[in-house]
Amino acid sequence: MAGENPASTTEYIQHHLTNLVYGKLPAGYERHTDQGVEVLQSDTWTMAHGGQEAADMGFWAIHVDSMAWSIGLGSLFCWMFMRAAKKAHTGVPAGWLNFVEMVVEFIDGAVKDSFHGRNKMVAPLALTIFVWIFLMNLMDLLPVDLIPSLLALTGIHYQKIVPSTDPNITLGMALGVFVLMLYYSFKIKGTGFIKELTMHPFNHWGFIPVNLFMETVGLLAKPFSLGLRLFGNMYAGEMIFILIATMFAAGAGAGLVSGGLHAQLFGEQTSAYFWLVIFVLVCGVCWLNLKGKVSTGKTVLLSMAFMAIGGGVFALGGGLMQWGWAVFHILVITLQAFIFMVLTVVYLSMAHEDH
Amino acid sequence: MNINLTLFGQMVTFAFFVWFCMKFVWPVIIEAMEERQKKIADGLDAADRAMRDLELAQNKATDQMKEAKQEAAGIVDQANKRANQIVDEAKTQARAEGDRLKVAAEAEIEQEVNRAKEELRATVAGLALAGAEKVLEASIDEKANRALVDKLAAQL
Repeated sequence: MAGENPASTTEYIQHHLTNLVYGKLPAGYERHTDQGVEVLQSDTWTMAHGGQEAADMGFWAIHVDSMAWSIGLGSLFCWMFMRAAKKAHTGVPAGWLNFVEMVVEFIDGAVKDSFHGRNKMVAPLALTIFVWIFLMNLMDLLPVDLIPSLLALTGIHYQKIVPSTDPNITLGMALGVFVLMLYYSFKIKGTGFIKELTMHPFNHWGFIPVNLFMETVGLLAKPFSLGLRLFGNMYAGEMIFILIATMFAAGAGAGLVSGGLHAQLFGEQTSAYFWLVIFVLVCGVCWLNLKGKVSTGKTVLLSMAFMAIGGGVFALGGGLMQWGWAVFHILVITLQAFIFMVLTVVYLSMAHEDH
Repeated sequence: MNINLTLFGQMVTFAFFVWFCMKFVWPVIIEAMEERQKKIADGLDAADRAMRDLELAQNKATDQMKEAKQEAAGIVDQANKRANQIVDEAKTQARAEGDRLKVAAEAEIEQEVNRAKEELRATVAGLALAGAEKVLEASIDEKANRALVDKLAAQL
């Protein structure tokens, strides 16, 4: 669960934003372990212990969690849609097939709206992008601590379950789209594409360097904006879930165990006043007990009740806020999946258009 | 947050899933949907056609009904006419028969009258003779008087 003081809150957030990384540590690297510093004798492929090691691995590392969830969700998409495809018939569709056909029809319509070339790959590409990204974004709606804390029990300490909050994943897909854009631009336009890059805004040979610079920037901006838009939105959404979790869930368990005292000693500023009220109530009951006005049994019961109310209100508040943000986030994840898909189609459509 | 091999891992995965979708998912579903679309369109067409056929059949049936009614009316008319004719014929025949019977009866009556007249004449002549005989007793020549009386009787 979350930390009880500002330092561990930061740690909690950082922990949640660290991938499970498998990669190469260079020879001579100093690993800080529980047993002290260990100096590696040769290049070693290993799981990173923490963000610093992951960063030091540089390029030769792979985010195991992102890849696993991404491949898993992609396979889920393929399997589910394959199942529908196998059962596809010309009669009255029902159940899952009906839903799949609805999605396919929706994608088909969106593609037909913005893509006018003849290419058998664009529509399936759009379907894959939309459903896959939607599923990856959907992982955001799982409670932030659920899967990481379950996996922590099995000894896996870092886990980011939303692949689309990993820029590698979103940029990887955007670069895939970029490769297709380049391929089709060359295939359809041939030398026309070179001409477009060199002669476009200013049609004079003297301006070729300027044109080339401007067009290249414009071209590169497409995949990067595509990938970073999805990453930014999902990262921000995930961040808000984590922040809500640190604000509220932090106190819930503590409240049940030790009432306001715990929070008063280590508490966060945001909830201090709330805990102060509970603390005062508990102290008041104890004081009345000392004065002999309240029996000991009643004191224990009342203290427990105040603590439970304190913890419960906080858990409820946190739950409600998580729920509220999740409801709003459903829009975001669908919209982002849709935008990624539509922009992909539009970019490919531009690659197909011969001026 | 580091850019690393994951980028290329994702690119390869992406390529694979797109290929898979393009090969095994999209065409199958789209084909089924298009076929169903065609089927539905055909079905609607057939329904339209059937509707038109039905309308035609109804029109035809109405026409036939009208025709049949006309025919029936014609037949009834004809029958009525024929009946009238028959009645007329029967009347004429009856009248003719009546006339014939009347003529026959009249002839018989006349014959009867004539016969009665003859008889009466004979009877009158006899009575007159008998009367005269009584009046005159034997003083009269019967032959001469008979001729006289006969003449008288003929005048009756």
